Amino acid sequence: MLRPALLAAALAVASPAHADDADLAALRAEVKAMKADYETRIQALEARLAKAEASAATQPPSPPQDTASAAPSNPGAFNPEISVILQGGYAHLKDIPERRITGFLPNGRPPGSTRGFSADDSELVLASNVDPYFRGYFNATLNDGTVGVEEAWFQTLALGRGLTLKGGRFRSGIGYQNEQHPHAWDFATNNLMYEALFGEGYGNDGLQLRWVAPTDLFTELGAEIGRGANFPGTDRNTNGVGSYALYGHVGGDVGDSHSWRGGVSYLSTRAEARSGTLADFAGTDVNAAFTGDSTTWLADFVWKWAPRGNSTIHNFKFAAEAFRREESGSLDCTGGMCGARLGAYRATQYGGYAQGVYQFMPRWRAGYRYDLLDPGSRDYGVNDAYLPRPGYKPSRHSLMVDYSPSEFSRWRLQYTKDRASQGQDENQWYVQYIFSLGTHGAHSF
Amino acid sequence: MKAFRLFAFLIAAWPVFAHAALNVFACEPEWGALATELGGDAVKVYTATTAFQDPHHIEARPSLIAQMRRADLAVCTGAELEIGWLPVLLRQAGNAAIQPGQPGYLEAAQQVALLEKPAVLDRAQGDIHAAGNPHIQTDPRNIARVAQALGARLAEIDPGHAAAYRARLADFNTRWNAAMARWQARAAPLRGMPVAVQHEGFPYLENWLGLKQVAVLEPKPGVAPSVGHLAEIAAHLKTAPAKAVIRAAYQDPRPSEWLAAHAGIPAVVMPFTVGGSERAKDLFGLFDDSVDQLLKVAR
Repeated sequence: MLRPALLAAALAVASPAHADDADLAALRAEVKAMKADYETRIQALEARLAKAEASAATQPPSPPQDTASAAPSNPGAFNPEISVILQGGYAHLKDIPERRITGFLPNGRPPGSTRGFSADDSELVLASNVDPYFRGYFNATLNDGTVGVEEAWFQTLALGRGLTLKGGRFRSGIGYQNEQHPHAWDFATNNLMYEALFGEGYGNDGLQLRWVAPTDLFTELGAEIGRGANFPGTDRNTNGVGSYALYGHVGGDVGDSHSWRGGVSYLSTRAEARSGTLADFAGTDVNAAFTGDSTTWLADFVWKWAPRGNSTIHNFKFAAEAFRREESGSLDCTGGMCGARLGAYRATQYGGYAQGVYQFMPRWRAGYRYDLLDPGSRDYGVNDAYLPRPGYKPSRHSLMVDYSPSEFSRWRLQYTKDRASQGQDENQWYVQYIFSLGTHGAHSF
Repeated sequence: MKAFRLFAFLIAAWPVFAHAALNVFACEPEWGALATELGGDAVKVYTATTAFQDPHHIEARPSLIAQMRRADLAVCTGAELEIGWLPVLLRQAGNAAIQPGQPGYLEAAQQVALLEKPAVLDRAQGDIHAAGNPHIQTDPRNIARVAQALGARLAEIDPGHAAAYRARLADFNTRWNAAMARWQARAAPLRGMPVAVQHEGFPYLENWLGLKQVAVLEPKPGVAPSVGHLAEIAAHLKTAPAKAVIRAAYQDPRPSEWLAAHAGIPAVVMPFTVGGSERAKDLFGLFDDSVDQLLKVAR
């Protein structure tokens, strides 16, 4: 700033051609004086700057401008987290038109997988914090011609005191596997216990209140009320509460390498004319509609091991669950030998599964699962004369190997020896892929 | 109804402990150590991970949820380092005080300028972090910056001990500046030293000491290298030799051991964070050991 001004001034003064020598000498002296003056000033400034720099070095540095926070306002930045799960594969199965689990009332949904190639269910997930108080989550399965809303809920963020309230349509917190969607399962197929109990998993439209205790030992208690429209209940077109569930989990670590969680859950619901197909003594299909109360107890236990808590190279996971379900009411049997007869129905049934999955080298895991159901005691009342009550215990052995090139992709090969249905001893093969696109968030324990 | 009573009994019977000290939940050991330096007896620090665990891949274990439930302050690196587990803890703990945006939530990465911000966000590039490289704790100047923020935050959420926190912070600043001067003087021979790294975990250390990174073993961040890829790197190191191949204590030793054997250079295990080696007992020991490990191979 100073020097150009100085030059301009000097030029302006020097430009008149007829300035005399005395004037010029005076000007030169003046310019020289100014130059000296400015140089001393600049030296003083430089000294001060050096001093400031030296003292700044001994001071703690101040946080720099965060460039991320200075990002331009982008309306897209508030878009929800979007992820898509692509899941499909190939299944080699026997041609069985209607798969049943012997000794258990069917859940009304056609179970089993498609033979050959299929692109199963792809999932679309949208999630976001709504505001400082709530989080929203939406999960839909997309199939040819159908869209199923698996979950659509809000959850509180700022209730505090260990409390979280969830409302809408959600997977119940009972058991262990129940909250997991199929892409998070360790096997290509569901376990027999959940198939018999719920079809896939128990979901509900309602409210859930969770409380985590302020203790070193992880302790959570949950209570849910809901519509109760899903199997084992039915939609009954009523006001009030159609089902309720209670659960408690405890968990913790043992050293750096082991962690565990166990719990007990209880589900109570009611069914009205819940229809399904059974075979009578003549082998003819009859329609059996159950009306009554259904209560289920579940126990679950998960144990995970990783050397020093570092699961990247080797890790092992063990999970087991068991249930006891009691249903009592009436069974309306129509068709076949029954004709049309309303009888009592009372059943207490059991079952469970246990599985182990071992990561034997980075990216590769192998697992084994054993499923077993016990039809327990069944009383069909007057229909005992027409409906068989086989003591057959459905079971399944599954072996799988999976390979995950990254945490967003997985390939799986599975062999299952299926004995879910009496008289059938089936070898099943599955090849499965699971890809997750987008911001696929964290998975629970 | 029986079940209701059982649950009510469980709630009533469970012992609830009250702690006078401020509970600090530290996601990584370096922030746990820093909270201990700045909080002293006024804080009770729980460190969620160890130096032998990969902070990218941690299970959202029940024990972590239980600790997060009681935390008054959560100190984490941020910059998506903990994206696979921290959100689950925050949502499941039911603790309003430590939610992002609250005074009880502090992200260390927000206090420093991040390096290696990717220009293109594509998963084909591997496990990249949109905000930049999150491994900021390998530069002591970053520790100093985070210390200012953490000290101020402790004083804010626990005003009863504010004077003590400020005194401890001033004391830490003095000791830390002296230590930094010492490390920088000792590490002078490291300037310009070429190194190979197993994971892109050391840009801040390289920036601080003037190390020259000539190779990365992972083909993409978070993707384990194949033997073929390692052979290519060994060949590349013939033309651009490195003094050593360095990795963090938690990383699989095999890739760097393989390269060390085939390229004829030493493999150095850096503590990477507090607890990563015998000497890295606290933040001072962490840098004493880090500088010494590198000096050993510099000659």
